[in-house]
Amino acid sequence: MEHEAHNPALLHHFADAQQQKNAASLGMWLFLVTEIMFFGGMFCAYLVYRLAHFNAFAAGSQQLNIWLGATNTGVLIVSSVTVVLAVKAAEAGKRKVLVGYLVVTVLLGMTFLVIKGFEYKEKFEKHHVPGATFNFTDKFDDNGKQIPVNPKEAELFFSLYFVMTGMHALHMIIGCGLFSVLTVLAWKGHYTPGYFTPIENAGLYWHLVDIIWIYLFPLLYLISRHS
Amino acid sequence: MASQVDALYIYLLLVSGLMTALIFIAVAVLAIKYRRVPGRDAHPIEGSTVLEISWSVIPFFVMLTFFIWGAVIFFEERTPPANATEVYVVAKQWMWKIEHMEGQREINELHVPTGQNVKLIMTSQDVIHSFFIPAFRLKQDVLPGRYTTLWFNATKPGRYHLFCAEYCGTQHSGMGGDIIVMAPQDYAQWMAGGPSAPLQETGKQLFASLGCVTCHRSDVQGRGPNLIGVYNKPVLLEDGRTVIADENYVRESILDPTAKIVKGFKPVMPTFQGIISDEQLNALVAYIKSLSQPPTGTAGLQDQPAPSPAQPQKTQVQ
Amino acid sequence: MASKAASIVIPANQPPKLNYLNNGSSLKSWLLTTDHKRIAILYLISVTAFFMLGGFFAMLIRLELLTPQGDLLQADTYNKVFTMHGIVMVFFFLVPVVPAILGNFLVPLMIGAKDLAFPRINLLSWYLYVIGGVLFLHCMLTGGVDTGWTFYTPYSTAGSNTNVVEAGLAIFIAGFSSIFTGLNFIVTVHRMRAPGLTWDRLPLFIWANYATSLIMILGTPVIAITMVLVAVERLFHLGIFDPSLGGDPVLFQHLFWFYSHPAVYIMILPSMGVVSELVACFARKRVFGYKFVAMSSVAIAVFGFLVWAHHLFVAGISLYAALVFSLLSFLVGVPSAVKVFNWTATLYKGSISYATPMLYAFGFIGLFTIGGLTGLILATIGIDVHVTDTYFVIAHFHYVMVGGVLMGYLGGLHFWWPKISGRMYPEGWAKLSALFVFVGFNLTFFPQFILGYVGMPRRYWQYPPEFQVLNVLSTAGASILAVGYLLPMIYLLWSLRYGPIAEANPWGAAGLEWQTTSPPPTFNFDETPVVTWEAYNYDEIPPKELEAPVAG
Repeated sequence: MEHEAHNPALLHHFADAQQQKNAASLGMWLFLVTEIMFFGGMFCAYLVYRLAHFNAFAAGSQQLNIWLGATNTGVLIVSSVTVVLAVKAAEAGKRKVLVGYLVVTVLLGMTFLVIKGFEYKEKFEKHHVPGATFNFTDKFDDNGKQIPVNPKEAELFFSLYFVMTGMHALHMIIGCGLFSVLTVLAWKGHYTPGYFTPIENAGLYWHLVDIIWIYLFPLLYLISRHS
Repeated sequence: MASQVDALYIYLLLVSGLMTALIFIAVAVLAIKYRRVPGRDAHPIEGSTVLEISWSVIPFFVMLTFFIWGAVIFFEERTPPANATEVYVVAKQWMWKIEHMEGQREINELHVPTGQNVKLIMTSQDVIHSFFIPAFRLKQDVLPGRYTTLWFNATKPGRYHLFCAEYCGTQHSGMGGDIIVMAPQDYAQWMAGGPSAPLQETGKQLFASLGCVTCHRSDVQGRGPNLIGVYNKPVLLEDGRTVIADENYVRESILDPTAKIVKGFKPVMPTFQGIISDEQLNALVAYIKSLSQPPTGTAGLQDQPAPSPAQPQKTQVQ
Repeated sequence: MASKAASIVIPANQPPKLNYLNNGSSLKSWLLTTDHKRIAILYLISVTAFFMLGGFFAMLIRLELLTPQGDLLQADTYNKVFTMHGIVMVFFFLVPVVPAILGNFLVPLMIGAKDLAFPRINLLSWYLYVIGGVLFLHCMLTGGVDTGWTFYTPYSTAGSNTNVVEAGLAIFIAGFSSIFTGLNFIVTVHRMRAPGLTWDRLPLFIWANYATSLIMILGTPVIAITMVLVAVERLFHLGIFDPSLGGDPVLFQHLFWFYSHPAVYIMILPSMGVVSELVACFARKRVFGYKFVAMSSVAIAVFGFLVWAHHLFVAGISLYAALVFSLLSFLVGVPSAVKVFNWTATLYKGSISYATPMLYAFGFIGLFTIGGLTGLILATIGIDVHVTDTYFVIAHFHYVMVGGVLMGYLGGLHFWWPKISGRMYPEGWAKLSALFVFVGFNLTFFPQFILGYVGMPRRYWQYPPEFQVLNVLSTAGASILAVGYLLPMIYLLWSLRYGPIAEANPWGAAGLEWQTTSPPPTFNFDETPVVTWEAYNYDEIPPKELEAPVAG
């Protein structure tokens, strides 16, 4: 069996590069579906409890830092743009531009995590972390009317808040790690216009993590915000 | 009820048995008739859409009979009659605590008279249990944090197994007991032999001693809604929803008052979670339910000679 | 007429020089393999080991239940034993057994590919399985877990003082093994079919594994997140499922069963795929209603996601929800019935051999029919109220899992054994074992239907004396069944060394896997096949003699 010249990235069980690319693409899309189902369970629990304990959830939501949350949303959207531009650069064979956008993406991801860290710190200081130290005395501001809420239900809100944003942050960390590896490989010239599938697929992953945040942000932060 | 369930079961067994026999016989006959012999090849057959449709649709219609009959029985099982005697059940690891309205308490045993509709109002103190009476063909999970109900009408005197049917820890299999069904005279005798006040009386005392009566007044408009006649009626809430004030609503209002605020009232009621036990909660719920009853009849038994529980002063409110 | 399908010529009595088994014999070449066939063997070894562990627990249960009193084990120990029997059998045996062993081995071969789409992820799948398994072993050895494999809250989050978090983590990790296998299969079937192999020419085993893979990737993540929530609640005293902290224990049940019901279709579908292959080969004809059988696999996968709350009929759901889920549960029975009818119809005017794999197929058809019908009985809510949480349910699911999945697996293992190992198993011993399995199985589990209806609840360490006779029958059956399972382990191992060498296609079967040597070379085919024929073209393949033939 003669060994024709081919892209060193072509794996031997594939007939050709196109088949490999199609397979990798489909594989990544399927993996994203599993991620949606994974987060879906949490979203389901959140929806059920929000319907049952709306006032407490609104009170909890109003105690989240909407500015930090909104900034983070902006950061992630911009990072998705840099991902798209990185893919474009890879397609065009512009190695330095590609590396640049990958680096910016990682930096933006880390910015997200740092801001999240500040948010969590704030929650800790206000005794809104569920568990032994939890203490919630705020009310639900319903258009001026102050409605007291059951602190146990508010604790449930924060439990879901931490689990959902925590799981999301974990995925962000993995994403940053992934993109850091890609940056190094891109610098070394592994990606050419003929083969940049990992950049595309990692980009898909990043976009999904972004979209999950775009759902998390209004669901968690924007319950009954008026002014 | 048990005989209805058995009748359905026999029907299901017959149909299933018939289906099983058909398949077994078909496979056996075909496997023998068409066993491999030299000289005869297999005859390829693609399929038959008519057959496929038939053997999809016909079984489905048969299954519909299963569904409908089962649903009818289930509907009856889940619809307690309005005049049922109520008994409160509190499950805990690993015993059943029973409280009759008349005040009798039992552990792991439930005495009931024949011919009486009995509705159990059950909750758990800890984990999920399940109240299972095989002889009655009935079962209902018992959950912490809310009430679930089970009703029956026992027709034959006797002693019947009670089992816990939801795994609940070490002594799950030891959490059994008996349902003791007695002829009405015997039951009355048993009932008279017991001490303590009717459940509503206990509830009424708690209502006073816990201070509920200071806000939930029936003479003037208090800080809390008037509870006369509230049970099982629709209630309009602050947020616009209308809910029915059933046992779970009453229970929730005591343990988690800010969950549903009645329209026109402020959320000032404190929670009693952790302050009262499940038994005390049951007594309060029984009392509040009794505030809906007409002044004459009792919610208890036809043969009960004991005095009916005292009714509070009634001012008719809508 | 010789068809293009039967074009390979292998010299008789000559084992191929280099095949996937002897292509490298160092430990490293096995533990770092990316060859799907070697990974299948790795799975075969580890899954069988877990099966024996689960079987050991089953033996303890049946021994304890010989007497009404709890006299063999302590109550807590018994509770751990049935919990771990369930966890091991469900997550570490039934879910992977057919897809990860037979599926991994056969999917690329059957579609004419050199390997799965992602061989390294395939290896990762196995390592995740092993890590999950080792973690579970550790959990078991450091105190075990006693919540039941269903982990109902609040007992699992607040009541039990056993290694719940560790068990949950083991299941979480094993779940990803499952997800990656499913992902691999889907991409492989979509992208790597040989030229000419259109969807309507695929073997039904491929259709079955494809449908299974859809369930794996959609359902498994939900159990993963559910176990995370249980762990988080337990570790940090959150209140997601605990009512005393504001949570809802029934929500756990919904989330748990949203995966765990489709999971049973993950278990049965691949076995059904095996049965299709066996019936076609040993009746020497195309499965009757091929399109319907293929579509029924997909229908089962889809409808299987709509019925989960039939596990919650008495759990506190509303009357109307119960009615809806009851109706849907009947619906999902229809495609399964369709398969049974089609297999039976395939026998008509066939040329039927009674080789061991076919005996297992017959067993599957009969026992799955009983198991499935009792499932319909359970879907009938008026009956379910009485028999749920009793031995009736246990009997039902063992009929479909053991009478169904396991018999299908054993049939497939024997059928493809020559392809996998290059050797034939001893037919006489195999038939004897099949008999032991069939008799032992029915004696073990049929009495349990009766036990359940007369009221014996499940997960009971002790029971009222009137239930003893049926329990004794059941235990007697279990000992016969155990023999039926041990025998194949012995003779299959024996055959590796002393069994007659098998030829490429000892059964005269259709399918691309038989167009390469036994065992296959590492890259499966010397030349990529080009498919121009329909599946199950038995009218074009010359038959072999009766019974399993030997090369030469």
